[in-house]
Amino acid sequence: MALHESTYQPKSRFAKWMDERLPIGRLMHTQFIDFPTPRNLNYLWTFGGILTFFLMAQIVTGIVLAMHYQASADDAFDSIEKIRRDVNFGWLLRNLHAVGASMFFLAAYIHIFRGLYYGSYKTPREVLWIIGVLIFVVMMATAFMGYSLPWGQMSFWAVTVITNLFSSLDSVIKGLGTTIVEWLWGGYAVSGVTLNRFYSLHYVLPFVIAGLVGLHLWALHLVGQNSPTGLDIKMKSDAVPMHPFATSKDAFGMSIFLLLFAWFSFYLPDYLGHADNYIPANPLVTPPHIVPEWYFLPYYAILRAIPSKLFGVIAMFSSIGVLLFVPWLDRSRVRSAKYRPAFKWFFWLFVFTCLALGYLGSKPPEGAYVLWARIFTAYYFAFFLVVMPLAGLLERPRKLPGSITEAVLGGDAAQRAPNAV
Amino acid sequence: MAIDAQEPDRRDFLFLTAAAFAAVGGAASLWPFIAQMNPDAGAQALASIEVDIAPIKVGQAITVLWRGKPVFIRHRTEEEIARAKAVDVKELRDEYARNDALPETALATDLNRTITGHENWLIMVGICTHLGCIPKGQALGDKKGDYGGWFCPCHGSHYDTAGRIRKGPAPRNLEVPVYDFISDTKIKIG
Repeated sequence: MALHESTYQPKSRFAKWMDERLPIGRLMHTQFIDFPTPRNLNYLWTFGGILTFFLMAQIVTGIVLAMHYQASADDAFDSIEKIRRDVNFGWLLRNLHAVGASMFFLAAYIHIFRGLYYGSYKTPREVLWIIGVLIFVVMMATAFMGYSLPWGQMSFWAVTVITNLFSSLDSVIKGLGTTIVEWLWGGYAVSGVTLNRFYSLHYVLPFVIAGLVGLHLWALHLVGQNSPTGLDIKMKSDAVPMHPFATSKDAFGMSIFLLLFAWFSFYLPDYLGHADNYIPANPLVTPPHIVPEWYFLPYYAILRAIPSKLFGVIAMFSSIGVLLFVPWLDRSRVRSAKYRPAFKWFFWLFVFTCLALGYLGSKPPEGAYVLWARIFTAYYFAFFLVVMPLAGLLERPRKLPGSITEAVLGGDAAQRAPNAV
Repeated sequence: MAIDAQEPDRRDFLFLTAAAFAAVGGAASLWPFIAQMNPDAGAQALASIEVDIAPIKVGQAITVLWRGKPVFIRHRTEEEIARAKAVDVKELRDEYARNDALPETALATDLNRTITGHENWLIMVGICTHLGCIPKGQALGDKKGDYGGWFCPCHGSHYDTAGRIRKGPAPRNLEVPVYDFISDTKIKIG
């Protein structure tokens, strides 16, 4: 950043010695202490920090749970019960890990909607956004494999249904789908062999996410944060140092979010799960109504809304894949929806659509539920493929403030700001 | 690499072949890491089972496990057979028999879904061809769907009394595995 010169002064002799050999202190100071942060960030900008916290929390609770868990078809279910009943603090660690996954997704969804509303994917943040989408995809794979580990009925049948998605490729190239599915399973059906490999991948993928988060932060700190106005930092008065301004706001936002986390973990640890997962996996009986975890319900609704197996699967994967193209689908020159009177309403309709799809995904695929799922699926894609390109061309955006300072203090004050450049 | 005006020389050739060799070698050494995930020798060995079907009365059905998959064995009633035979193959969602013992192009007539002389026995892999759930219809009290065969509760696929897909998202008829009658009351699957 052109505006940003580090004020780092190593104080101790050791810090000076280190600074000439591995300047990690300088890196941390430059990037996380005096890094220029837009002065107008609202609480939606605290979710990046919250997500980092949850990634670390999931890794820490996961590592200790792995010390007690048995990844075999015979022992997995019992070992989870043992963790909950016998292992010291096992009840707590297991609840934190299971509820933590839900909270991680909740925070990620807020973070993604924040990005969509304020246009955080627009140039020059395209790569930052794409890395974010990749993190989201790996997160989903990790969560899916983690959900298989208790080896209850929902675990088993979720694995069966989701891995079978790939069998739809049989209608493209004969035998391709079956080959892939049997390769994923390591057999002719889902079995303990499948559980074992999912456990291995569930352990390693969070570290892949951590690596991607590093790239995400790198891309973020190169171009700087977006802000509610969608304007970049143009002068010194637009920015405040990250510490203590953004860090204290992050700490407060995180504390509030952690209250929700604690409430679920201590009072409703099973509320976000499904009762059928406390029945051991049985390959001969499908539960009458298979539902995924709440955070996958919208995609499940899209899958079932399409009456063809192959196209249902394509629609479901496209619903996430389309996010990769958002930086180029949106033709508007204005970033923030705050100044986009038409887009703003389409955005809120999109949020409603995602919630509605979530509700429909939890319902049986029959009657009016299917019809509504089709309507909302159509709008889900229309938002990206029609609204985003056209709203930018047709709508007349409101006048943008000259700078972040002007947006916060008003025009006169901005001119009087002593360090304006 | 060679400068524009020059002809590619022997060193360029060496670079190219070395790089190509390394790429092929790298790709080849990946293969064991991919292939290890395929069904292992133990899974492949559990290929066939024998089932005593004498206790199954007309109208009843049992489910056995073969290669980790449920196999439906249904002793069909005269009425169910007649109903399956009455269907015009051209009207079916999937007009192929999906019988592993027959050629792929065999049509999904009731005859092609069973073994001649044993039409009262319908033997199929009990896995919905949509996303792999186990359809309902084996137990007497089960919902059997609009066509009297099986009904998959996951995403609403209906199968008829010959296990053919009639309604819902499933693309194919239930698969008929290779099996044979060792005696009148004993079959070998696989």
